[in-house]
Amino acid sequence: MKIIVCVKQVPDTEARIRIAPDGKGIAEGELNWIVSPYDEFAIEEALRIKEKKGGEVVLVALGPDRVQSALRSGLAMGADSALHLKDPLFESVDTLGTAWALAAAIRPLAADLVLTGQQGVGGDNSQVPGLLAEILDVPQVTMAVKVEIGEGKATVEREIEGAHEVWETSLPAVISAQKGLNEPRYASLKGIMAAKKKTIETKDAASLGLKPEDLKPKTKVVGLELPASRPGVKMIPGDADAQVKELLRLLHEEAKVL
Amino acid sequence: MPTIVTFAEVRDGKVRRPSLEAVSEARRLAGPLGATVQSVLIGQGVAPLAAEVASYGADRVHVFDDAELGSYATESFARALAQVITQEKPSVVLVPYTAMGKDVAPRVAARVGAGLVSDVVKLEVKDGKLEARRPVYAGKALATVRWEGEPQMATLRPNVFALGTPEAGRKHETVTGAADVSTRRARVQSVQAAGAGKVELTEAQIIVSGGRGLKGPENFHLVEELANALGAAVGASRAVVDAGWVDHQMQVGQTGKTVSPTLYVAAGISGAIQHLAGMSSSKVIVAINKDADAPIFKVADYGIVGDVFEVLPKLSAAAKELRSRH
Repeated sequence: MKIIVCVKQVPDTEARIRIAPDGKGIAEGELNWIVSPYDEFAIEEALRIKEKKGGEVVLVALGPDRVQSALRSGLAMGADSALHLKDPLFESVDTLGTAWALAAAIRPLAADLVLTGQQGVGGDNSQVPGLLAEILDVPQVTMAVKVEIGEGKATVEREIEGAHEVWETSLPAVISAQKGLNEPRYASLKGIMAAKKKTIETKDAASLGLKPEDLKPKTKVVGLELPASRPGVKMIPGDADAQVKELLRLLHEEAKVL
Repeated sequence: MPTIVTFAEVRDGKVRRPSLEAVSEARRLAGPLGATVQSVLIGQGVAPLAAEVASYGADRVHVFDDAELGSYATESFARALAQVITQEKPSVVLVPYTAMGKDVAPRVAARVGAGLVSDVVKLEVKDGKLEARRPVYAGKALATVRWEGEPQMATLRPNVFALGTPEAGRKHETVTGAADVSTRRARVQSVQAAGAGKVELTEAQIIVSGGRGLKGPENFHLVEELANALGAAVGASRAVVDAGWVDHQMQVGQTGKTVSPTLYVAAGISGAIQHLAGMSSSKVIVAINKDADAPIFKVADYGIVGDVFEVLPKLSAAAKELRSRH
């Protein structure tokens, strides 16, 4: 099986976010970048499928040079090769442009399966899997917590509000990974050494056959700000009995939420 | 006249509340945009639900009622919605940011070439165009987003947009659509419901979450008992999910769910930044923690420094009593 995994590099989830001077993006200066946690589930699932069924795992990521370190992390986990999509034109793309670029890179690879995280943490859009599936004209199953690969098809458990759905899809398909799908492995020292020798191929917009109008954003972030700080805490004194009594009074009479 | 189209999601024969919130918001935007509101109902036996959708503000309801649409399939639902968009050329398309809405909206956006903004918490009309506000980095920052061109498509976070007052018998037109069900290479085969009566976190009005302060999974029932007493959903911090105490579906925070309930009670949760990101947009926050310096108190409205083992049972008992009186 040929499995493609789309990887997004994102700020560490423990990172404090600062706003850039232009007021439209985040200050990247001291940020620690990681593979989006949901994409780690996707990489892990790809490796498990490869271990069972044989085949090849190819990573694809879009972004500036720093993205290569995310691809190296995935290669160290065990992926076979990686594709880095890099072009000044990609800097202002929105989700749709990202999906067009990924699709252009993935289409010639004739994959049996495309795995992604269910969302990139940070942007939190949860759009690329569906956009990509529609552009590639393949089916999709999102928020997967279990994937079983059969002959030309897959059975996927998907998480919805208060329930799990069991899906069946033909392959090729795009499947997006939700937390709970698996427990991603740590890269071994051997894996890290091997990753250094693996190739990361770089492609720009022109080599993907993409024209500037394909990548023209349809949505634009015009401002970014930190959330308003909360009004401050009212500490409730006394012993547990007094605290409980006063808390319920406040919730009932002051906050009027009970 | 401009048009706003909304997607109305049906589960178990009912229009789900986030979809009614979307119709209500469409109605609110219809004034400043001078627009009509149209909603799309897709499923089996959904035709009788048109009147309810209309009562929240839809002037026209497109109904795709077909036995073949009885179980959800992204492709056929996306085609039906895209068909209405192609036909009606709306300037705005609103879809609830639910499991189904999240799944279908991108597919539709790519199909009709619409700019899509996810998980919106506020919409405003400025110079005849929409401007959206949405949390990013799980709420560590708020982005203001605008569209280039139309349709301006957005998914709306549940529990944030106010539900309008339904007007029974509101005048509306019903249009029957024929769905193309020929392509659905992926579809639902079966649904396994979680425990009956369980309240979904992202749609809950009250949430009680537990963290490492509970010391072990055997004590988590203290959180569940308070949740029962308050009619609340149960959440958890990443630490206890990763430790395997509770299912990951209960995780609140950056790699879990982002929630905005009316009341959020954090019990034994210190307040790691990735947890705060997921719950600090709650309307009222109560923190119970033995450490007075815990970061959770920085976002809380009411704080109790105390032992969760002592406070939670007393709070459960008192809350039960309070609710029985009101």
